[in-house]
Amino acid sequence: MAGERILVAKVGLDGHDRGVKVVARILRDAGFEVIYTGLFQTPETVAAAAVDEDVDAIGLSMLSGAHMTLAPAVVEAVRARGADIPVMVGGIVPDHDLEELTAAGISAVLTPGSTAEQIIDEVRRVLDAEMTG
Amino acid sequence: MPTPREIWETEFGAAPRRDADFETMSGIPVEPVYGPDNGDFPGQFPYTRGPYASMYRSRLWTMRMFAGFGTAEDTNWRFKEIIRAGGGGLSTAFDMPTLLGIDSDDPMALGEVGRCGVAVDTLADMEDLYADIDLGEVTTSMTINSPAAVIFAMFVAQAEKAGIPRARLGGTLQNDILKEYQAQKEFVFPPRQSMRLVRDTIAFTSAEMPRWHSVSISGYHIREAGSTAVEELAFTLANGFAYVELALAAGLPVDAFAPRLSFFFNAHIDFFEEIAKYRAARRIWARWMRDRYGAEDPRSMQCRFHTQTAGVSLTAQQPELNIARTAIEALAGVLGGTQSLHTNSMDEAMALPTEKAARIALRTQQIIANETNVAHVADPLGGSHYVEALTDEVERQAEEIFAHIEELGSGSMLEGAIKGIEENWFQGRITDSAFELERKVNEGRRIIVGVNAFTEGNDEEQIPLLRITNEDEQRQRKRLDAVRDRRDTSKVDAVLARLRSEAADPEINLMPTLIEAAQAYATLGEIMSAMGSVFGRHVEVPTF
Repeated sequence: MAGERILVAKVGLDGHDRGVKVVARILRDAGFEVIYTGLFQTPETVAAAAVDEDVDAIGLSMLSGAHMTLAPAVVEAVRARGADIPVMVGGIVPDHDLEELTAAGISAVLTPGSTAEQIIDEVRRVLDAEMTG
Repeated sequence: MPTPREIWETEFGAAPRRDADFETMSGIPVEPVYGPDNGDFPGQFPYTRGPYASMYRSRLWTMRMFAGFGTAEDTNWRFKEIIRAGGGGLSTAFDMPTLLGIDSDDPMALGEVGRCGVAVDTLADMEDLYADIDLGEVTTSMTINSPAAVIFAMFVAQAEKAGIPRARLGGTLQNDILKEYQAQKEFVFPPRQSMRLVRDTIAFTSAEMPRWHSVSISGYHIREAGSTAVEELAFTLANGFAYVELALAAGLPVDAFAPRLSFFFNAHIDFFEEIAKYRAARRIWARWMRDRYGAEDPRSMQCRFHTQTAGVSLTAQQPELNIARTAIEALAGVLGGTQSLHTNSMDEAMALPTEKAARIALRTQQIIANETNVAHVADPLGGSHYVEALTDEVERQAEEIFAHIEELGSGSMLEGAIKGIEENWFQGRITDSAFELERKVNEGRRIIVGVNAFTEGNDEEQIPLLRITNEDEQRQRKRLDAVRDRRDTSKVDAVLARLRSEAADPEINLMPTLIEAAQAYATLGEIMSAMGSVFGRHVEVPTF
C-alpha cells in the first residue's frame, strides 16, 4: 500500500496555496509519495506531469470558483494522453456543482472542514476503486 | 510641563465631536478615555491607545465593504448602490486575470473572468467602472498588487479624462508586493523588479497626489495563508520598514511619504490576542519610525489601519454560525481602534456573498456602532492587566522576528525582506504555522464548532448561494475586441517600445509612460508583457 504516488496541483490563476500544502503534508505523513506541481499550472501541464511521474491519483486544489471549467479540462487532458488516472478536487465547491463534476469524471470532491482522516480515507477509497476497476 | 492628560485634553478639545449621547443605558456619563493622568493617552506617542486623541468620538470607523464582479458596467452599478446607501468609500475587487496582469482573452484566463472581482483590460473598462462617480469626493480603494502601477495609471488617466485633476484624487492602492511572494502568491515579476514599481508609485504620489495612500501594507493575507497573529504583525511591519527603506534609498525624505502609508490587518477569532496585536502594531510602528528612520511628523509615526474579519475562520458547516464569529471578530477590530472595517458574509466559505448575506455583514457593524456603546471610549481595554501583558509579549516576540529579518539582510530590513522571500523563509514559517493549527484541530485540541464538535445540525438544508455564469466572460471578451478594433495601433506600439527601453533603466520613474500607455488604450496584458520582457518572471520553488 505504502508509496502510492499522488500529484497535488494548483491549476489556473488561483494563488491560494494554504490548503494544498497542508493536504500535501497530511498525505505524506500518511505514507503516500506526494508531488506538488506549484502554482499556475494548466490542465495540460498537470496531465503531462501526472503521466511522466506515473502517479496513482491527482488532487486539484481549487478556491477561486473556476473548478467547473478547469477540473473537467484536467480529466480530458489526462484521457487525451491515453491515461486513466483518477482526479479528485479539494476546495470551495458548492453542493450544486457536485453532480456535474461527477458526470465530468471527477472521482471525489473534498470541501472545507474535511479532517485529515476523511481526506486519507477518501484518497484510499478512490485508489481502491481504481484497483478493483 | 503639562501632564499627558492635559495635553490630551487640549487635543480632544480641538477635535470635532459627533452627535451622540455618550452615556450607558442606565444614564451613567462616559468619559472619552480612562486612565491615570501620567499614563498613556490616545493621540500621543507611542500611540498604543490609538492614533487620534478623540478616536470614535469624532468619527466612527469607515464601514468599507469590498465589492466587484463581472464587467466594469456591473460593478459600476453596484458602486452607485453603495454610494446611495450611504457607504463611506468604494473598495474595488479585481478578478484573477486582472490581479495577474493578463487580458480577458488570454487562454490562462479561461473560467476566471469576472468571477472573483471585476475584469479590467483597458482604460475603457476603467472609464465604465467609475462612470458618473465623482472621484474628487468619494475615496476609492483598489486591491491590486503585481500590476498595481498599471491599474493605477489607468485610474489616473480615466479621472483626468473625466475632468478631475490627479491632485484631487483620494484613496488607497494596495500595492503591497512583498506579501504576495510571502502569502497571497499573485506575483508576476521577480521581487527586486516589482519593488522598483512600488518605488515609482510612492515617488509619483508623493510628488503629485497628496491625498493618495500609495501602499496598504497588508497582514490580512499573511494570516489567511496560515500565520499566527504574532507572525502576521511582525511580517507586516517588517514589510512596512522595507518600503520605508526603499523610499529613503530613492532619496525621498521620510516625512514626505510615510504619512501616506497605511496598514491592513486581519481580525481573527482569538479576541484578546487580536486586540493586543493592534495595540502592539501602533507602538512598534511609532518607535521604529521615530527612532530608526528619523520621522518628525507625528503622522509618519501613526499606524492607521483597515481591518477585515477572518475569512479562514468561517465554516461551510452550519454557515449561519459565521454571523456570530464575524461579530466577535469585528468587535475585536473596533476595540483595537481600527480606522475602517470590512465584515465577511456568512456564505463566504462557499461562494461570493449573496446580497442578503452581505447586508447582514454590514448590519453587524451597524449593531456594534449603534447599539453596544463600545465606541464611546477610546481603547477601553487599556490598563487591563491581561491586555497590557499580552500587548507587551506580542511586541517582544515581534521584535525577535525583526532581529532575524535584519540579520538576513545584514542590517537592512529591505534586503532582509527580499532575502527572506528568495530563501522561502517567510513561506516556510507560514506553512509550518498553518500545519500546526491543522494538527491541533485534527487532534481535537482546538475546537471549531460544527467542524470537530457540536456537529448536530450539519445535515440541515443549506443557505442559498450566489451563482455566477460564464456569460460575463463572453461579454468581457467582446468588450476587449471592440477596444482593440477602434484604437490607434501605431500609437500603442510606440508607447510600448518606449516603456521597454525605460524599464531597462532603473533610474527612470515609469509612471508617466504607464499613464501614456493607458491613454493609448494599450491593454493590461500588453503593458505587463512589455515590462516582463525586461524584468523577467518570478517562479516559486514548490515546497510543502
